[in-house]
Amino acid sequence: MKKIWNSKDLCALADHSEEELRVILDTATAFKGVGERNLKKVPALRGKTMVNLFVEPSTRTRISFELAAMRLSADVVNINASASSLEKGETLLDTARNLEALRVDLIVIRHKSAGSARFLADRLKASVINAGDGSHEHPTQGLLDAFTIREKLGTLEGVRVSIVGDILFSRVARSNIEILTKLGAKVTLVGPPTLVPKTFESLGVRVAHNIDEVIGESDVINLLRIQHERQKTEYFPGLGEYTARFGLTRKRAEQLKPECLIMHPGPMNRGVEIDSQVADGRSSVILDQVTNGLAVRMAVLYLCSGGAPFAPITAS
Amino acid sequence: MSESLHIQGGRVIDPANGIDEIRDLFVLDGRLVDKKSPGATLIDASGKVVTPGLIDIHVHFREPGQSHKETIESGSRAAAMGGFTTVVCMPNTNPVADSPATIAWIQEKAEKTACVNVFCTGAITRGIAGEEMAPIGALAAAGVVALTDDGHCVQNHGVMRRAVEYAKQFGLPIMDHCQEATLSADGVMNEGEWSTRLGLPGWPALAEDLIVARNILLAEETGHPIHCQHISSARSVRLLREARKRGVPITAEACPHHISLTDEGLKNFDTNFKVNPPLRTQADIDEIIKGIADGTITILASDHAPHAPYEKEVELDKAPFGMLGLETELAVFLKILLHQRKACTLPQVIAMLTVNPARLLGLDRGTLSLGAIADITILDPDLAWKYDKNDSPSLSRNTPFHGFSLRGRAVQTIVDGKTVWNLENGFSD
Repeated sequence: MKKIWNSKDLCALADHSEEELRVILDTATAFKGVGERNLKKVPALRGKTMVNLFVEPSTRTRISFELAAMRLSADVVNINASASSLEKGETLLDTARNLEALRVDLIVIRHKSAGSARFLADRLKASVINAGDGSHEHPTQGLLDAFTIREKLGTLEGVRVSIVGDILFSRVARSNIEILTKLGAKVTLVGPPTLVPKTFESLGVRVAHNIDEVIGESDVINLLRIQHERQKTEYFPGLGEYTARFGLTRKRAEQLKPECLIMHPGPMNRGVEIDSQVADGRSSVILDQVTNGLAVRMAVLYLCSGGAPFAPITAS
Repeated sequence: MSESLHIQGGRVIDPANGIDEIRDLFVLDGRLVDKKSPGATLIDASGKVVTPGLIDIHVHFREPGQSHKETIESGSRAAAMGGFTTVVCMPNTNPVADSPATIAWIQEKAEKTACVNVFCTGAITRGIAGEEMAPIGALAAAGVVALTDDGHCVQNHGVMRRAVEYAKQFGLPIMDHCQEATLSADGVMNEGEWSTRLGLPGWPALAEDLIVARNILLAEETGHPIHCQHISSARSVRLLREARKRGVPITAEACPHHISLTDEGLKNFDTNFKVNPPLRTQADIDEIIKGIADGTITILASDHAPHAPYEKEVELDKAPFGMLGLETELAVFLKILLHQRKACTLPQVIAMLTVNPARLLGLDRGTLSLGAIADITILDPDLAWKYDKNDSPSLSRNTPFHGFSLRGRAVQTIVDGKTVWNLENGFSD
């Protein structure tokens, strides 16, 4: 079988073809089964070492990568930025070179600078996996969102996905746009013009500023967290007005198609972008996303380490 | 005493005197003279173009204070290799060139180490902090040729207005880096499709346009010349065009990178493409070229801004702004303006690199008039070559043009009647 995945790194979904992205999703499907077993471990990465280099705080993604590596039998080291030499003024490149000198095989990096994963990937022999670089991309989140939609709806082709919220600063949105448009979904971005500027149309998506116009037609609605901590300037007058204009309130949720999937990359601000009951409702696949994230990250670590892709599971 | 020269058979282009013809030039004791001196060194310029020594009014030579990036010596050698006999240094050194003592230090260092003419600008405000006026009268007396806070833009309109009014009594032009700080904020690249794709903070053209408009109004109000540095935006060009039609004393310069590269260059997060103001879009390039062709923009300059490799070898948002320019400047201008776009004639390009900047800043250079200082550049406008940054005399390597195929370059640089560099033999010293 022709090897479709040839990259040691995963820095951005924008770097990869539709075919390559499908290979990751298919491989993740195979790995998902591992997590459902009583014995949740395979020896695929035995003897490999992975470092979680998290220069920006994260709980969910870091633990997900850590568990993914452990389930593949890799050894894992976590580096906490506030306790690292980066705090003492060491450059990112020097930190990473030190890790490489320790013969680390995989570096998973989260960093507040866009392009930081690509920067390391171009300079290191180790595999570099982007776990979020500034407002650029969060490739495994995009993959797990696409995986979840495909799993629930059977396909991405023609699926109408509305992504609502702080798009401008969202790496989740950018990775979602990349994979969803490549796999045939119709993406609409929704939010105030300050957070969803028209320039996004050049990425092949629709831009809307009124959620009520798109809510009824959506097959998937993905609500992004309003990231107060990133915003030095005001992009909208306040959270109350945001919720009134763009929040998925209970009243708005009534307009959704019954089969519409409700997604959120977490962490949620209950009562701001999503009503608390709606978040826990029947249409919500928010916790499925978390479960699938583990399978997707196993697939990424495995493929970037040189593992042979798994064939798509077809009804034979 | 300087040697005497006989530059034979070249196409002499001297826009200050409206000359474009094959003729010989003669130099004695550092001045242009009307006849050959006995024993003059013969320079065969046949098939070449002979112009007044090129002038670049926008360079950063980093001394004092940042000599790991560039020194006046290394920068001047890059200038000579690029065909430039005169450069004007920006004041954002450490300490800032906002006092006569620092100006004197730079002048002395240039006297001792530079192989081309180095003129100084002084800061508009103390420490280029934009708050208090620098000692403009003392700077004028020290010999600065203009005032600028380059790298920064005076945000406070009241401060800027008073500085322009005050500078007028000394006849010192004001040069401004046009950037409204609340709009550019923490932007690192042009705000547009590519900043959207890359998730990098945008520095919108609007931030430049607003200050260009401010400067037009201030120049009109005060009747004193303001020069807008490194114009990057289409709308700024349109504002300038309209103002110049009305006779407002406003001028502008364009840089090689702003007519040859777009913001797409940052798609792989290469910090060599990070420059301030940022690379913008093809539409901006087209309007800047149109502005150069129609006389809206009258000066070409490099914004030569060296940074050490370790400073650029970081995450994109942490890297300093700026790129080298002096060695590739002439070639990029010739390639784009003359060969590719046919926007200008060769004499027009030469005017924008000689007499126009000389007149703006009142420099006694930029012409081949009899009796003039013998700063002369010999160039081959058609020479095909490939730029290799590793051949650079600069202390830095931050160029986006490495490996570029270029067309046209200087082949000999003569300062004060002495050849300081030629393509065949390199530097004379």
